[in-house]
Amino acid sequence: MFDLKDLYQQVIVDHNKHPRNFGRLEDPSHEAEGYNPLCGDRLHVYLKVDDQDRIEDVRFEGEGCAISMASASLMTEALKGRTLEEFRALFEGFHELVTSSGDVACDETDLGKLAVLGGVRAFPSRIKCATLCWHTMKNAIERSGVARTE
Amino acid sequence: MSLDVAAVKAQFPILDQQVYGKRLVYLDNAATTQKPRAVIHAIQSFYEKDNANVHRGVHALSERATAAYEAAREKVRGLLNACSVREVVFVRGTTEAINLVAQSWGMARLRAGDEILITEMEHHSNIVPWQMLCERTGARLRVLPINDAGELCMEQLPSLLNERTKLVGVVHLSNALGTINPVAEIIRQAHAVGARVLVDGAQAAAHMPIDVQQLDCDFYATSAHKMYGPTGIGVLYAKETLLDEMPPYQGGGDMIRMVTFEHTQYNELPYKFEAGTPNIAGAIGFGAAIDWLRGLDMGEIAAHEQNMLQEATRRAKDLPGLRLVGEAKHRATVLSFTMEGIHPHDLGTILDREGVAIRAGHHCAMPVMQRFGVPATVRASLAAYNTLDDLDALFLALEKACAMFA
Repeated sequence: MFDLKDLYQQVIVDHNKHPRNFGRLEDPSHEAEGYNPLCGDRLHVYLKVDDQDRIEDVRFEGEGCAISMASASLMTEALKGRTLEEFRALFEGFHELVTSSGDVACDETDLGKLAVLGGVRAFPSRIKCATLCWHTMKNAIERSGVARTE
Repeated sequence: MSLDVAAVKAQFPILDQQVYGKRLVYLDNAATTQKPRAVIHAIQSFYEKDNANVHRGVHALSERATAAYEAAREKVRGLLNACSVREVVFVRGTTEAINLVAQSWGMARLRAGDEILITEMEHHSNIVPWQMLCERTGARLRVLPINDAGELCMEQLPSLLNERTKLVGVVHLSNALGTINPVAEIIRQAHAVGARVLVDGAQAAAHMPIDVQQLDCDFYATSAHKMYGPTGIGVLYAKETLLDEMPPYQGGGDMIRMVTFEHTQYNELPYKFEAGTPNIAGAIGFGAAIDWLRGLDMGEIAAHEQNMLQEATRRAKDLPGLRLVGEAKHRATVLSFTMEGIHPHDLGTILDREGVAIRAGHHCAMPVMQRFGVPATVRASLAAYNTLDDLDALFLALEKACAMFA
């Protein structure tokens, strides 16, 4: 059985308390708002993408539970300097990490630090907390608007 | 006499289980209560022995089903102390009852410029149907605010009531704050300007005696599942004179006396408002829940829950970082709070793994959350079967959460 400690790992508690890349980004090339009406989590992500499709800067602001805050913080760390192509691969990999029922098919090492969020698999009601920021980011890149995880 | 809580609890088979290897501590009673054996058996027995459609057949089963369904209506009449079973309309629950009033009474009575007054602590089900009605009629929705303790600002009520006020909608016992509202006084003032009053009694009926005649409310809505009965069944009480004037809410079978393609004559009360085959087993389960409650003493239940709530409040105030949301002088069953540095959703998960079932969220009362400047709260809500052991488990789990996030 998964223990609470698998969910609230030290990295997650730390990123929740001290979220990285937190705050507004002036002059973003892309931005989107994400909202989870069930628990009230609200995120705004900002991106600056250069003409080589590389994520030059990324920030977020909002409020939510530890899982959503830590996930957003870890996501921004993982995305800085990556191309949009790489974002799509990470999006798929992360999605599989937190939703796959059996052994994780994707290589966790590719996901780096993001792998600490794998614990949410055992907490079905919390998966959308971890994925809200990723859906919001996808929306920001593909279109503007409000992402929902329901 | 005081309530024999152990004997009460022993009647709820679901409570005798472990989750994640921990004793189940059920503190989500404002969402729905658990069901005693008597209710479960009543529903099972109906399906095993008496199941048939009501008001139709001439055969034995149909007559038994009809008798049981109508006996349940009489029990609901007794629960609310309505004058007559003609004033007792079975619906799916409180939400449908309010929608029925908005669609039927509201659409027939409201005109552009009329006003509907609700309060800042209403559940979405006592906000949205009125907003929909306002959109369709051009009426205006007004809101009686609440103070920092989570009580209605009663001193502002006279200035919000006027000859344009056609309806006042108010919750009897707030699901988000636990506040017990002075509904009798609100009804008196509303009637003085000619307004009708709907009381949302979804939470109240399991925790206090209800007397619609004494209250003199025009509409009272409640749900069985929050008072130890099944889901999918509730009641709309309305004064007979109002029901008589109101057009049907839905058309179909059972709500008619005579149908031709030229003209349909509606059935008498309350059947005019019960189109289609009703939730027969649900109504019978509702009746069984009322019988079960009447076998206890509502005063003793209320006293037990009040003692528990006071103890929970005392312990909550001793816990560093805990902020109570809702500290009304008249309050029942609900302990709503936030913890500094821990989101309610995280608390919900941590408590769950300790076997403690609570609600974390906005409790379908987003304006209340906005009023108190929080995205959500943790809500522990009590019922007759909760014990001091349950509070021990709750506060132990809260301390564990604090340690985890320290």
